[in-house]
Amino acid sequence: MNWTGKRLPRLEDPALLRGEGSYTADIAIGARAVRLVRSPFASGRIISITPPAEMSAGALLVTGRDLAGLGTIRPTLARFNYVAIGQPILPVERVHFVGQAVAAVIADTPERAEDLAEQVMLDIDPEDAVADLDAAMAPGAPVLHPEAPGNVLVEGQLRQSGCDAAFAGAAHVVELGIRSRRQNATPMEGRGGCATFDRATGRVRLTASCQMPHMLRTGIAELLGMPEADLQVVAPDVGGGFGQKMALFPEYPLLVWLARKYRGSFAWIEDRNENLIASAHSRDQRHVIRGAFDADGTLRGLEVDILSNVGAFSCYPVTCGVEPLMAFAEYPGPYKVPAYAARARGITTNTCVMAPYRGVSRPAITFGMERLMDRAAAQLGIDRVALRRRNLVDSFPCRTAMGMTLDDASYIEAMDRAIDAADLPAFRARQAAARVEGRYLGLGFAVFNERTGYGTPAFAARSMGIVPGYEVVDIAMTPLGEIEARIGASPHGQGLRTALAQLIADRLGVTPDAVRIIHGDTDRTPYGWGTFASRGMVIAGGACQIAADKLADRLRVLAARMLQADPAGIVLRDGQAFAGEASMPLAELARLAHQRSDLFGSDVADRRFNLADTASYDPGGTFSNACHLAEVEVDVETGLVRIARYLVVEDAGRLINPMIADGQVHGGVAQGIANALFEEIIYAEDGNILTGSLADYLPPTAAEIPDIEIIHLETISDASITGAKGLGEGGAIGAPAAIGNAISDALAPFGVDITELPATPARIRALLRGREPTP
Amino acid sequence: MTTQRITLTVNGMTHAIEVEPRRTLADTLRDQCGLTGTHLGCEHGVCGACTVIVDNQPVRSCLMFGIQAEGRSIRTVEGLADGATLSPLQQSFWDHHGLQCGFCTPGFLMLATWLLERETPIDEAELRHVLSSNLCRCTGYQNILKAVREAAKGLGKWVESAPA
Ligand code: FES
Ligand code: FES
Repeated sequence: MNWTGKRLPRLEDPALLRGEGSYTADIAIGARAVRLVRSPFASGRIISITPPAEMSAGALLVTGRDLAGLGTIRPTLARFNYVAIGQPILPVERVHFVGQAVAAVIADTPERAEDLAEQVMLDIDPEDAVADLDAAMAPGAPVLHPEAPGNVLVEGQLRQSGCDAAFAGAAHVVELGIRSRRQNATPMEGRGGCATFDRATGRVRLTASCQMPHMLRTGIAELLGMPEADLQVVAPDVGGGFGQKMALFPEYPLLVWLARKYRGSFAWIEDRNENLIASAHSRDQRHVIRGAFDADGTLRGLEVDILSNVGAFSCYPVTCGVEPLMAFAEYPGPYKVPAYAARARGITTNTCVMAPYRGVSRPAITFGMERLMDRAAAQLGIDRVALRRRNLVDSFPCRTAMGMTLDDASYIEAMDRAIDAADLPAFRARQAAARVEGRYLGLGFAVFNERTGYGTPAFAARSMGIVPGYEVVDIAMTPLGEIEARIGASPHGQGLRTALAQLIADRLGVTPDAVRIIHGDTDRTPYGWGTFASRGMVIAGGACQIAADKLADRLRVLAARMLQADPAGIVLRDGQAFAGEASMPLAELARLAHQRSDLFGSDVADRRFNLADTASYDPGGTFSNACHLAEVEVDVETGLVRIARYLVVEDAGRLINPMIADGQVHGGVAQGIANALFEEIIYAEDGNILTGSLADYLPPTAAEIPDIEIIHLETISDASITGAKGLGEGGAIGAPAAIGNAISDALAPFGVDITELPATPARIRALLRGREPTP
Repeated sequence: MTTQRITLTVNGMTHAIEVEPRRTLADTLRDQCGLTGTHLGCEHGVCGACTVIVDNQPVRSCLMFGIQAEGRSIRTVEGLADGATLSPLQQSFWDHHGLQCGFCTPGFLMLATWLLERETPIDEAELRHVLSSNLCRCTGYQNILKAVREAAKGLGKWVESAPA
């Protein structure tokens, strides 16, 4: 039986469907409720914090002064002129953004904690704030952190030899400025945690809606100066993360501190307003891109200037370099760029902290590159498919300008498949007919690659103080013949329990339901980095495969003893070990190994009869690729965009569970469409946030998201031992560019194009105002 | 704050509880009836994660007080399956990968349960219209729509829309 490649319904689902999932807020019931008092000012000096006149019995107020002596959240980066700044758990002197927690109120119910929190008197002396890139970079701008005088926290700079010559000798220089507005990842479950003190052992169990439980444990223990062994972090069912739940946020050490100090259970469950204003934002970037082209459309050089508004502090552990430096390193994407120059800066402002969000910088850089290609095609009078074909990397492996190796992929084939499916001539005819009626249709596409499944080498190249990467899997067969795999990764909706079970089942000749994947608990799983950056199937999958192979070898050796055969001839299949015609059930073998080791002789293997093995996998990374294609209709009277068709040609290598893979693409594209058309976190000039509810911040519904057609290509690269390339982020990466190009195509008769996202009706109307279409 | 004694009927079972009058139905179900399948995604009436059925109408339980539900028939996600046997709608969500993280799922299940129990047949436009009441961040909605569509077909409630 081959389970890999099957659309197996997920093992996770029945409990979730019956409402029997167990999310952090479910576990927190009965704990004392923590309500945070958050700053109403973007910048200011804390004068005093006065508790409510009447605190109910057992209620508490905790401020930064109570936490004196504890560390600050201060991730580091050894290069790129990085300025390390510390974020206090609760500030004592100054506030840096609207929504920053300044005090905590604890009461016996959430309602009472909320009542009391409203009565806390904050005396804050407001100061001038900077909320956007221009304000923060203006001469004489207020300085957020004295360590960073110009508000620049990180800066990468590079100019390859040959760049000047490429631009000097270019037949055409095509230039473009783009703006990606701020987004919130908006998992449907917000963050939250519940810390419980165990009086018998002195340990604390923190249940938290998070993506990196092991990292969280280390980080909290370090901040609080407590033994790490006294802390257990559990990620139970987690209601989505998309990167927002990777970081070490101040609320979690606060909960653990409370549990230890007051020897009880303390829970904080984030509400939607807190999530929107104070969890983490992303995508707030501005790029200027210049391409040097030959007359025939060959790209000779690329120059980019990247500005990223990283918010008030630096997210732990990846640092505020995560967005600007990814754009810096990966801007050329799937294109041949012989000479590259880049400057990328992370600018601090009085806004919520930036953290990774699905795709990180790639939605913005793909938007930049793909808009550049369409602009160049128009400027040079070359067909946009032909222009891309000329410049896409077409032989592998290929070393990029930044020294990364592009492994086997299908950049051109993916584009061709999408173009075929689109039937361009028919579309052009429909477009022309519609224009006559005053209707504006457009078709756009986006070709991109996505670095996925990268381990330690890739993170080490970024020079982060904390270098994530490997994943470890502990696998064991119990005496009754079930398989348990304990993984350091921490899935939260990706269906890893099912997909990893499929991989393991194939290696051991069992069914997936005989395999239990145990995750999200630092007491029960080996140290690992968690689930993010499209790495689950590649890295945790690779480690599972290696571990299962080791276990299979052990089973073969033992079965050979029992069946009196050669281990090399043992086949594991249908839950049995076969030696030719002879066979025995694996469950029987497992019981004998554990409980009748006397039967195997003293010389067998290393006499480890517990049938357990460990494996680690730490690959350099691979690149998935895709072409997204969008067909839109723009209502030029209202600026409203309707998506008529959306197609994804995706190459993520071998698909372990195609049904889950499709789901990842659907969800990613929906978030990309949100990025392209709807969602925007907006700050007023004084740093007040204007989008604090779901009435102002607009995630799309089933009415706005079209059905998405998917075509899979499966290029098998040896950069991933399972053959799988990651695909968690790709959907979100391609959509903004494909839709931006489609709207630009639709509006071509007006002589305008899209450079700012989201392309809201107001922005589109602003572009069109006073313009008439040229026939 | 004073509390009030009420009796709630949830999934056919009665719960005699004491609640603050200001406590929402969602919190009451979760904290006092032990029914944590009803989730809270926004607490301001937008996301629909908290949808339950009250007297045959889908209701956002974050916008209703627990005491307002006294004497009414409340249904939550915990009441859909018959023991280990999933309802046809739940089964369809499983078959068609209608959930990822599962956080929005109880709300969608209750909304769609109501939709499928109505007398009126359902077409594509109605399906999208009704399901656009709730938010999901993981699935892009496609497989949720598919799961409900296929369940409707199975129950003989589906009509193909007239071609445009
Ligand atoms: S929690 Fe009730 S609508 Fe969002
Ligand atoms: S499945 Fe995660 S929000 Fe819908």
